[in-house]
Amino acid sequence: MATVPTLYGLVLAGILFGLGALGVIVRRNLFFILLSLEIMLNAAGLAFVVAGSRWAQADGQVMFIFILTVAAAELSVGLALLIQFHHRYRTLDIDAASDLRG
Amino acid sequence: MNAIFYLAGAVAVLSTILAISRLNAVHALLYTIVSLLAVALAFFTLGAPFAAILEVIIYAGAIMVLFVFVVMLLNVGPEATEQERLWFHPATWGGPAFLAVILIGELVYVILHEGPAAPPAQIVTPKAVSLTLLGPYLLGVELASLVLLAGLVAAFHAGMREED
Repeated sequence: MATVPTLYGLVLAGILFGLGALGVIVRRNLFFILLSLEIMLNAAGLAFVVAGSRWAQADGQVMFIFILTVAAAELSVGLALLIQFHHRYRTLDIDAASDLRG
Repeated sequence: MNAIFYLAGAVAVLSTILAISRLNAVHALLYTIVSLLAVALAFFTLGAPFAAILEVIIYAGAIMVLFVFVVMLLNVGPEATEQERLWFHPATWGGPAFLAVILIGELVYVILHEGPAAPPAQIVTPKAVSLTLLGPYLLGVELASLVLLAGLVAAFHAGMREED
């Protein structure tokens, strides 16, 4: 079963992380920015699991569990803030949050 | 097994590209869920069945469902898709996409050509994961529960409406 070269798993993690970062930069809607952040976190978790599989240690999957936990907590706070943002500015445009300017 | 991994990886990359480029929020969510399922399959072929199950149950099954609930709560109509169409023209994403493709290509090249060749993946059983998690990393488990409690309290407080 286990014949996959772990190097290509790292390549997949790198590509997914880059795509998530591209999504964060390009999108202007706050919802899509949060979604791209989740894609980045998932790619980081993939890199950890690949590393744990390469060394045949369980530490990689343990780190993946912790990343999952932190992603869930951060996402719940982020989405609560998103709802407040929408309630206050009536839009999800990230450029609307410019009150600190000047 | 290699072919399954390559196919799952291709599905994950393609669905992620589609997810970050959709105008409709629900479409982007569905493509992200497909990407997560493909990554779970990649986990399975890499010999990490426990991580694969966790990815499906928790990431695609709870975190993405949270996104779906928020889309339902925000109740955005078709004018949101029109607004996205105005924001998402090639002048916006052309430059960053070009630079990001260059960086991703560099990253792939560095991973593939520098350093020693990596050995094939080896299976790590759920029993080994649980023994490691509740053995040396027990403190991390307790801290993770603290993080979840902090997230719960913060999300509850941040989601409260002011009654005025």
